[in-house]
Amino acid sequence: MTDPQITLLQIFAGVAGLLSLFSVIGAWLHWRQSPGQSSPGVANLNARIKAWWGMVALLGLAFWAGRVGVILLFAFISFQALREFISVTYTRRGDHRALVWSFFFFLPLQYFLISIDWYGLFSILIPVYAFLLLPISATLGADTTRFLERAAKVQWGLMICVYCLSHVPALLTLEIPGFEGRNLQLIVFLVLTVQSSDVFQYVWGKLLGRHKLAPEISPSKTLEGLVGGVLTSTAVGAALWWITPFAPWQAALLALTINILGFFGGFVLSAIKRDRGLKDWGSMIEGHGGMLDRVDSIAFSAPIFFHLVRFWWVP
Amino acid sequence: MAPRVLDAWAGALLCGFAKLLTGVRALWLGCRPDLRPRVYFANHRSHGDFLLIWASLPPALRARTRPVAGADYWLQGPLRRYLIKRVFRGVLINRKVSRHADPIACMAAPLAAGESLILFPEGTRNLGDGLLPFKSGIHHLAEAQSQVEFVPVWIENLGRAMPKGSLVPIPLLCTLSFGAPLVLQPGESRADFLQRCTNALLSLAPPSD
Repeated sequence: MTDPQITLLQIFAGVAGLLSLFSVIGAWLHWRQSPGQSSPGVANLNARIKAWWGMVALLGLAFWAGRVGVILLFAFISFQALREFISVTYTRRGDHRALVWSFFFFLPLQYFLISIDWYGLFSILIPVYAFLLLPISATLGADTTRFLERAAKVQWGLMICVYCLSHVPALLTLEIPGFEGRNLQLIVFLVLTVQSSDVFQYVWGKLLGRHKLAPEISPSKTLEGLVGGVLTSTAVGAALWWITPFAPWQAALLALTINILGFFGGFVLSAIKRDRGLKDWGSMIEGHGGMLDRVDSIAFSAPIFFHLVRFWWVP
Repeated sequence: MAPRVLDAWAGALLCGFAKLLTGVRALWLGCRPDLRPRVYFANHRSHGDFLLIWASLPPALRARTRPVAGADYWLQGPLRRYLIKRVFRGVLINRKVSRHADPIACMAAPLAAGESLILFPEGTRNLGDGLLPFKSGIHHLAEAQSQVEFVPVWIENLGRAMPKGSLVPIPLLCTLSFGAPLVLQPGESRADFLQRCTNALLSLAPPSD
């Protein structure tokens, strides 16, 4: 076994250990209840923990398959997220052609370009080519009703669900001197930090949450949850410096940046959900809601993390 | 015996395929699945509509629920004919000439025998938003079978996923909302009953944008 593989194995073992601990706590909370009155909060917590096992197993499987596995996994995540986004977004018959292009051309092409390392094209495919070509395709539907709004929604869905999320596997294309063959660890750093921020926001919010942050956007987000979650997961990110090309203070600063972005990712997508009268984007992941509920924070942090690392660490 | 098994497999396969493709979620908002004879009536935007309702029913109900389908479309070609007759066990209605058989009697017979129906009271696929005015058949049926419950089912997104005339469907997630059952009230007029059915179905639609 090579050195990077051992590192990954250690991390996954650590995550599995943590999840086991959470599972034990969840089982204890469940067991502590008197038989008649089971709390929906505890049931949801246990459903979430169970789903985490599934998600970690899936991520582990993709990592084991290597570069291709990770690219395919994120292409699937993009597909499901875009599916959820467009499912609740108002479009008309005239948009059908543009949507077919989005799902079956731009999405696969974006991930293909990442797989062949073509940075010059994958970084502008959706912001430039899709941005110009999709409205052209939509005009062929010959329906001008709320045209700008419809075109904007399709573009927004592609940007968040495909372009932004594809920057996670795009981390594999960065060539950092002295870090060759270890790029999967950048993904671990990003995903673990941002997702742990979501978990700790939930935990701190449940334990100490008093002051609602913006009840009109997200009824469950509290100031205590935000501060506690971001600080704790920044500590997690800093503690992971040894798997990255960063110094500990750099790891902490990057973790802080992506945690704040991740928080606002969830916030922005919540605003869209509320506007559409929804609680969750879907029902794919039990206890969590839809795919987009789980990856909103990653969509907002991945592109900026990618560019910060590219700017300072890639010569 | 073997062909019957084959029909059941074909049905299960189609249901699995429809569920996989549309990620369909059935929300039983106004009632629970029940074996008593019912008429599930829904908005109609796509040929796949009845398949989606059929697939969302628990298997025990599915075996006793039959779609009402237009004979002119479903009797064209051996494949459609096989599917509608053997797999879905559809109740075929001739929409053009009603000389042969009384369509209301055709629909009432399975209900009297304890089976349920899937019906699209708009009569044809709606290419716009909202609902088309309901045909009066649903009222005649309610008069003929006054004990039967009429369950509104709003189908969201299937019409967008595969609109009429497009070759490639887009993989949208579909939702079926089952509302509270309606029963014809004594002395209720046709217009009132149709209006009540229309309102019940529309109330299940997501807020218009």
